Amino acid sequence: MPEAATLTVEDPRPPRKLYRSSDGRWLGGVARGLAGHLGLPVIWVRLVFVGLMMADGLGALLYAAFWFFVPLGVGGVDAERPPALATETAPDGRRRLVARKPDKGQIVALLAMVVVALIFVGNVDLSGGAKAYLWPTVLVGAGVALVWRQADNARRARWMEVGRRKRTITLLRSAAGVLLVATGVSAIFVLQGSAAHLGSVLQAALAVLVGIALLAGPYLVRMTQDLSEERLMRIRAQERAEVAAHVHDSVLHTLTLIQRNAENANEVRRLARAQERDLRNWLYKPEGTGKDEDDEPGTLAEAVKRNAAEVEDKHGVPIEVVVVGDCPLDDRIGAQMQAAREAMVNAAKYGGEGGAVQVFAEVEGRTVFVSVRDRGPGFDLDSIPNDRMGVRESIIGRMERNGGTARLRAVPDGGTEVELEMERAET
Amino acid sequence: MSDANEPTGAVEPDAGTTGAGTAGGPAAATGAGSAGADAPSGAATANDPAGAPDPAAAAPGRRVRVVLVDDHRMFRTGVQAEIGQTERTGVEVVGEAADVDQAVTVITATRPEVVLLDVHLPGGGGVEVLRRCSPLMADAEQPVRFLALSVSDAAEDVIGVIRGGARGYVTKTITGTDLVDSIFRVQDGDAVFSPRLAGFVLDAFASTDAPPVDEDMDRLTQREREVLRLIARGYAYKEIAKQLFISVKTVESHVSAVLRKLQLSNRHELTRWATARRLV
Repeated sequence: MPEAATLTVEDPRPPRKLYRSSDGRWLGGVARGLAGHLGLPVIWVRLVFVGLMMADGLGALLYAAFWFFVPLGVGGVDAERPPALATETAPDGRRRLVARKPDKGQIVALLAMVVVALIFVGNVDLSGGAKAYLWPTVLVGAGVALVWRQADNARRARWMEVGRRKRTITLLRSAAGVLLVATGVSAIFVLQGSAAHLGSVLQAALAVLVGIALLAGPYLVRMTQDLSEERLMRIRAQERAEVAAHVHDSVLHTLTLIQRNAENANEVRRLARAQERDLRNWLYKPEGTGKDEDDEPGTLAEAVKRNAAEVEDKHGVPIEVVVVGDCPLDDRIGAQMQAAREAMVNAAKYGGEGGAVQVFAEVEGRTVFVSVRDRGPGFDLDSIPNDRMGVRESIIGRMERNGGTARLRAVPDGGTEVELEMERAET
Repeated sequence: MSDANEPTGAVEPDAGTTGAGTAGGPAAATGAGSAGADAPSGAATANDPAGAPDPAAAAPGRRVRVVLVDDHRMFRTGVQAEIGQTERTGVEVVGEAADVDQAVTVITATRPEVVLLDVHLPGGGGVEVLRRCSPLMADAEQPVRFLALSVSDAAEDVIGVIRGGARGYVTKTITGTDLVDSIFRVQDGDAVFSPRLAGFVLDAFASTDAPPVDEDMDRLTQREREVLRLIARGYAYKEIAKQLFISVKTVESHVSAVLRKLQLSNRHELTRWATARRLV
């Protein structure tokens, strides 16, 4: 095993540590880990181990030693298999874990083991007396491998958030391993000719085991409790750190900017609004939905809010958004969103002095309704100067081309309201 | 920040804590976002539930006794500076409180007509204050009425205080003029809905397949729905009345009816609805 301690200060690269691969392994991930570490194809390493098996089982011993001492990690060669787990987004927006079907690798590994074991048994050149011990030894080895593999699985499940299988299966596998080991050990006893004493030996062994359990049990229980407690604390600390990081990155930064721009009221207002929006988004968005502003909006509510935010930032007029219901976006609704955005821009540009622009969107059955209202001076559609053909084209025209309707009207007490209505595409 | 505001501590149970010393204190001291600055007086804003340009002119000589409950001193000071000048606004701030226990003590001692209540408070939140003050709310002689103020975007918070008995909900970005107006409305026993609350309520009563437990309480009528929709679209009551060809009084009674349904409905969705947005 490589010594990590040989790292010198001049060497900025971190040392490559040897890990057992947790992905795409057949048995313990030793071969894959070694291959990754040495930069060799996996199949070579596996062949070497199999070859060494012929040398009086040296391969098996080596493999077992590696398995025991080398920590499980995410090193090794990149697995060519799909990841063990994929998330897919269900239609209702929740993410589900989809577990992979049991892989063929393990079955292949088992068959290979059996074949190699047979060859090994055939090859081993031992005197007739010792040969009898071979099968029990193999049994013990198989049992140990089974239990260790189970332990690996449990550790891996913790990192990879693998949906754990039912505990019964875990227990069954461990129990099978223990049974195999016990059988093997008993068989060795029997072969040694102490079959007559087997009963008393077993009793003695059981007594010792019970004694150890009584002595060490409380310590073990307390240790596992402490461990889980510690893990909980660590998760909490991480959450806290995340909050602190967010506040530090965005909020403090904005506050600094506000202080520096104290004379520029518009800029201060814009900064404060943007920060408020960002923080709200971060605080009130349900877990598991995209908290980043980078990903494309997938639903109507997200799209409306996103558009309003961008217009608000650009024109410095507050836009209040109220959304009732929600639905996924399709092409038609996308067009409606573009028209709504255009309406928001107009409202902010020409009606922003009258106070906040009010945007309302509602999904009712198949109909999506959006209204954008300002309290500016208002305008008459018939007397729109030519340079504002944009309204006709980008709002009314766009809605009608996509099979929706747009209405512009002057509100009696001042201001303009744009109403956009669109049927959702049939799904 | 002008520090010309009176140094109110936390509790001022004795009446007469008027905004002395704030000679026309500017709205700059409010901790309330864009309050005031972006709306010229006379222009009704989206948060204005009444559209009354000048409350003092609308109700000359009216007086209302108010208690402020909020754990942010800066915000209390700001509100005090904006609405507390009794001669101009008719609002008299008779006490302040910064947490649940204080709030209950102050409200019981001063018996105000309206309490401005923050949703998030140390000691159990606004809901807890409402729970412990429910006998005062039910008082036949002189009921104490609550108006919730919050920066929260979480529907369950907002719906929670309304179900707890608050007569309305406004966001903290409301302008001083509109806030005064809302206070008088609540004093009259009317309900005050901000566009956001209207949106939440529409969402909460959305048509689901679940059969209503109580037909009268668990459904909104077509008319109520229309009124709420217009509130959510930023219309003032007067404008809603014009739009639907009904009187302002009728609009108010519709909103009050919605408020009652919200407080009495047994639909389990109302408490659970916010956990998953419905995707139609």
